Amino acid sequence: MIRSTHLPLVITIATFVLAFTLCAWQYPSMLSTRVVANLLTDNAFLGIAAVGMTFVILSGGIDLSIGSVIAFTGVFLAVILRDTSIHPLLAFAIVLAITVAFGASMGAIIHYLDMPPFIVTLAGMFLARGAAYVLSTDSVPITHEFYDTLQSLYWKAPGGGRFRLTGIFMILTFLVGVIVAHRTRFGQNVYAFGGGQATARLMGVPLASTTIAIYAVSGGLAGLSGIVFSLYTSAGYSLATVGVELDAIAAVVIGGTLLTGGTGFVAGTFFGILIMGLIQTYIVFDGTLSSWWTKIVIGGLLFGFILLQKGLTWATTARKKPATDFAAQS
Amino acid sequence: MPHGMNATLKRIMPQLVILAIVLLLNVLVFPDFFRIEFQNGRLFGNLVDVFNRGAPTALLCIGMTLVIATKGIDLSVGAVMAIAGAVAASLVVDGHGWFTALLGALAVGSLCGLWNGVLVAMLRIQPIVATLVLMVAGRGIAQLITEGTILTFVNEGLIHLGAGTVLGIPTPVLIWMGLGAFITLAVRRTALGMLIEAIGINESSSRFAGINSRVLLVSVYLISGFCAALAGVIVAADIKGADANNAGLWLELDAILAVVIGGNSLLGGRFSIIASLIGALIIQSVNSVILLSGMPPEFNLVIKALIIIAILVIQSPTVKHALYILRASAQPIQPFEKTEREEPTQ
Repeated sequence: MIRSTHLPLVITIATFVLAFTLCAWQYPSMLSTRVVANLLTDNAFLGIAAVGMTFVILSGGIDLSIGSVIAFTGVFLAVILRDTSIHPLLAFAIVLAITVAFGASMGAIIHYLDMPPFIVTLAGMFLARGAAYVLSTDSVPITHEFYDTLQSLYWKAPGGGRFRLTGIFMILTFLVGVIVAHRTRFGQNVYAFGGGQATARLMGVPLASTTIAIYAVSGGLAGLSGIVFSLYTSAGYSLATVGVELDAIAAVVIGGTLLTGGTGFVAGTFFGILIMGLIQTYIVFDGTLSSWWTKIVIGGLLFGFILLQKGLTWATTARKKPATDFAAQS
Repeated sequence: MPHGMNATLKRIMPQLVILAIVLLLNVLVFPDFFRIEFQNGRLFGNLVDVFNRGAPTALLCIGMTLVIATKGIDLSVGAVMAIAGAVAASLVVDGHGWFTALLGALAVGSLCGLWNGVLVAMLRIQPIVATLVLMVAGRGIAQLITEGTILTFVNEGLIHLGAGTVLGIPTPVLIWMGLGAFITLAVRRTALGMLIEAIGINESSSRFAGINSRVLLVSVYLISGFCAALAGVIVAADIKGADANNAGLWLELDAILAVVIGGNSLLGGRFSIIASLIGALIIQSVNSVILLSGMPPEFNLVIKALIIIAILVIQSPTVKHALYILRASAQPIQPFEKTEREEPTQ
């Protein structure tokens, strides 16, 4: 028997499997390792950012700044590697420190000034995008031998698929995310937080440090995603990744996480990302469909999954009612 | 109604002060800011520009204020603008008149609002998620209408809505001021405004009090869709074309920001459309001060972000409370009452 809280996750996975089977049935070449490897590589940056978004949404908040933070990271790396001679690894460390601090300060503003996350991260979105413009308005290429080394690292599977470092990195991020969400105190605090702030405080969840940590994690993962994106494109451009936060939110919702917070799974987001990637792959394979169908289909999927969750919540609460009545009577 | 006027003035005072400061900044960087000329039958000047360029945000924030007052949010307005612009342009290109195009766009926008309203009020979906669906899919739909191109048109009547003037005043200014005044009167001269606030404060208890919250919720989203459609037609008319990708892009965020700068709580309840409209003017004045200062354009967004963060921090509940405590402890209460009593005699 599947528990009702797991049902959205199961349905997301089933949707992915069904969609992939249908695609493969229509275009048998979709089954190649090449398609699978590209699915991972092309969505690596989105996936990593979506892990952070999952934590934020689980806590009942939202982070609109991640697209801008990804762009800022890319531009920052490109400019610092162009103008100085420091090693990319050091540059990675610096940019991660900046993005973590950026996220943490947004969390601090949200908690201490008692402002809604929506507005604070909206201002953060403007600020990060603006900082990227200040660094450079042009697309700056990254030409460093270390980048070439990282890009040349891949495992060539039978069938010609190249499983690159970035795709593997995304999977690792998801694994760590799952462990943190379900096996650590921080993860439990996040779930408790999403269940209700007042309740969480009474349970002894430290509100200030948890809020700051959640947004720091989201900022840091957006930074990591920016590093992966710069490896993917070999350039930093301040106009890149506009609207990625929406894709991430959509992936989280399709993955079965409730936007009210408190219920959901990091693993679900992974399949949400894969479903969105699959739609794009299908459109490429088909060749006659226009790219705007991606948006419409993702919008439709969002709607379907929201309805499904609504139905589930309704069904589970309806089933529980007699039990509470019974408890009240006894 | 002298008492009502005083209450309104007191409510919008912080916004007026901020607007005055930002306008003063404009004068500092550009001394001729307030000069208005009358040439070729229309008003020219930077101040007129602020009112004119701020029209789309102002229109959006009228509907957004009502939606936010019910504890909701409408993320789809930017996409609805794109859809409405596309509908108006395609109707005009097909040979229909400008009035048919306007009506068609407004009808489609209201339909989008109705869809959002039904999701929120009937299916009980969280507003941010319900409107996210249309925000994601909307631009795809708009591109479907324009078939992926930027639809350009030469219909004089439609262009007049965005770029023309009536009695020397740019049409968009008249449209947003007219609609703002109409909706303010409609909600404040009737009980509607109070009922909307009641829903925002506590929906269940408002329903127990006999308020038909479903119909009201659907109507506020419908009004928001209508306002977005009007803004979309104006933007399309202004550039003489419908750009499904860029029309109204991120304008939903500016509109929400305008409402928040207007001192309305995102948690619903009491609202003021006038304060939101001043908020929209503040945002446009901030844009104007950055442009006029001749700063390198790459600094625009950073400065805008910093000014907005400053405004938001000043208005945040914590800082407001601290200021209140500070004022209460620094001054005895008597002089406070005195100044209030003196005001009517001035």
